[in-house]
Amino acid sequence: MSTLEIKDLHVSIETEQGEKEILKGVSLTIKTGETHAIMGPNGSGKSTLASTIAGHPRYTVTSGSITLDGADVLEMSVDERARAGLFLAMQYPVEVPGVSMTNFLRTAKTAIDGTAPKLRTWTKEVKTAMEALKIDAEFASRNVNEGFSGGEKKRVEILQLELFKPKFAILDETDSGLDVDALKTVSEGVNRAKEENQMGTLLITHYTRILRYIKPDFVHVFVDGKIAEQGGAELADRLEDEGYDRFLNVPA
Amino acid sequence: MTDTATHLSGEKARLGAPSISGFTEEGENLSPLNAAEVSSPLGGDASKAHSHGAGAGIPDSSRAGRKTSYNVEDFAALTGREEDFRFTPLKRLGGLHKNELTGAAPEVSFTGAKAVTLETVAMTDARVGSAGIPEDRVSANAWKYAAEAKVLTIPADSSGEEVTVTFTGTSTEAAASHLVVIAEKNSESVLVIDHVGSAVLAQNIEIDVREGAKLTVISLQAWADDAIHASAHLAKVGKDAHLKHIAVTYGGDLVRVTPSAHFEGEGGEVELFGLYFADAGQHLEHRLFVDHATPNCKSNVLYKGALQGKDAHTVWVGDVLIRKEAKGTNSYEANRNLVLTDGARSDSVPNLEIETGLIDGAGHASTTGRFNDEHLFYLMARGIDEKTARRLVVRGFLNEIVQQIRVPEIEERLAETIERELAATDS
Repeated sequence: MSTLEIKDLHVSIETEQGEKEILKGVSLTIKTGETHAIMGPNGSGKSTLASTIAGHPRYTVTSGSITLDGADVLEMSVDERARAGLFLAMQYPVEVPGVSMTNFLRTAKTAIDGTAPKLRTWTKEVKTAMEALKIDAEFASRNVNEGFSGGEKKRVEILQLELFKPKFAILDETDSGLDVDALKTVSEGVNRAKEENQMGTLLITHYTRILRYIKPDFVHVFVDGKIAEQGGAELADRLEDEGYDRFLNVPA
Repeated sequence: MTDTATHLSGEKARLGAPSISGFTEEGENLSPLNAAEVSSPLGGDASKAHSHGAGAGIPDSSRAGRKTSYNVEDFAALTGREEDFRFTPLKRLGGLHKNELTGAAPEVSFTGAKAVTLETVAMTDARVGSAGIPEDRVSANAWKYAAEAKVLTIPADSSGEEVTVTFTGTSTEAAASHLVVIAEKNSESVLVIDHVGSAVLAQNIEIDVREGAKLTVISLQAWADDAIHASAHLAKVGKDAHLKHIAVTYGGDLVRVTPSAHFEGEGGEVELFGLYFADAGQHLEHRLFVDHATPNCKSNVLYKGALQGKDAHTVWVGDVLIRKEAKGTNSYEANRNLVLTDGARSDSVPNLEIETGLIDGAGHASTTGRFNDEHLFYLMARGIDEKTARRLVVRGFLNEIVQQIRVPEIEERLAETIERELAATDS
């Protein structure tokens, strides 16, 4: 059993107008095996939370803490976080020139596990996972994300999630830009990873649609850099009916 | 009516060349270092450089109109404004374009031969000039001053020859050298031409690939940091002959390699590959020319380069000319650059001229990409440390060319070189 704990997190970014605070005190505890949905209107800080956990250099933590089983995540470099068991499925995966998917997957797996995977079982594992996610076998020889459609990139993110077996996965709007079939395929991948590895999941989404396929244990509503309300899966249903208006209309 | 229209008339179509008044065929981009040698500032005469047919030294809009001659006097003195020298900083050329090249030429050593021979002959030998004719002033100057020529002959019907000719520079006095490579009929061989040490060298390498012969030439420009090297590779490709030419450049202060391939019979095939890695302050230039003058020939060009450090500059210009007679031609050229740090500059200009519609295919591509923080973040977010991430990208990028070499020792040496270059980035 592992715990990812976020305590009173304040995060800023540099803008042309100076420093701007995006997260204004977020506290959240996720245990392995749990699925937390983070919902909220655009610009509420959901993706900032995701990128901050992964360690993107654009975001500066001004106060608060993130710990993984007590270890200080904020002290770790980006790659150390990944090796500690955190995985960010990115909203906009970049294309990396010159690096084939095959080479990339093997190098990352080796880095995360500390030893190179056995070639034969690894190749089979990759192939099986690709088939399950309906990713064309030809993708393995292409460069990382190069020429992939938006939907294909998202599938490849989930492919990595299944192969790297993190303790905690943060899915940053993985559902955006997916059609219903792709959404189902991708959700199945996430559910498999959870069942097989007892993965804890932080599911960031604008829409309730994906929650039909990935059942959250907890729902947190983000408004203006803070958690405005939290509850169980039923909160998502209510959001589906009412939208975010009642949060946005509350006078500050 | 501007003169732009004149060269678009008739059946000549030119792709990839913007016709903007005041611009040269490939954009207004003279090397800033040449400014002093240009008689008037940019925007003066330079902006009129587009006019055709007037004045010596200004080439026609087509590559077919470029002057060729064995006599350096036939080429006007360089100003840096010429189409083929506009990127080259002439001041750093060590006088190769204007001085007497009487310094000691690099020593030539020769290894690995079974039946291949290397002779030293006079420049008056009939074989000198049998495969090529200088296409620029530096090449003609090298021709004039070469004291002797080396002639390497790969005997007819021989196969499996793998030989290395090493040029070892020991002097930085401007020098000239001449090599003639003859791959006789139906021979099959690999030739490595290695350049090491220090030199200020203008060089001609004639490559005669005769009927049915298959020749791989790997030319390594692995000079010491201060070397200056201008090298013309002049290839003639016979009927059903196959030339695979790989230029690998990473050493030297200024290196300019100009491979040109001319088809002499049907069924010929040319592959021109290149790999370059430029560090701070280096000027590495590759200009190639594929001349399709006979029907049913194939050419494929791929150059890849990495750049890092302040004022690292690479230039790639690929001229492919498909003449009216060259029906059934199949041609493709591409250049890809990866810029690793700020302050480096890469110029890439593919020129494709097609004078007949009866071809199988013709295409060109050029990309210059940056390795940036987002790439790094993506790889690191998957557990890969920064050094490994950088290596992964560069090695992967250059590997497409490295694996074309198929000479294990050279591939190994290049892998080590790339590692060393990358180690310089880390520090």
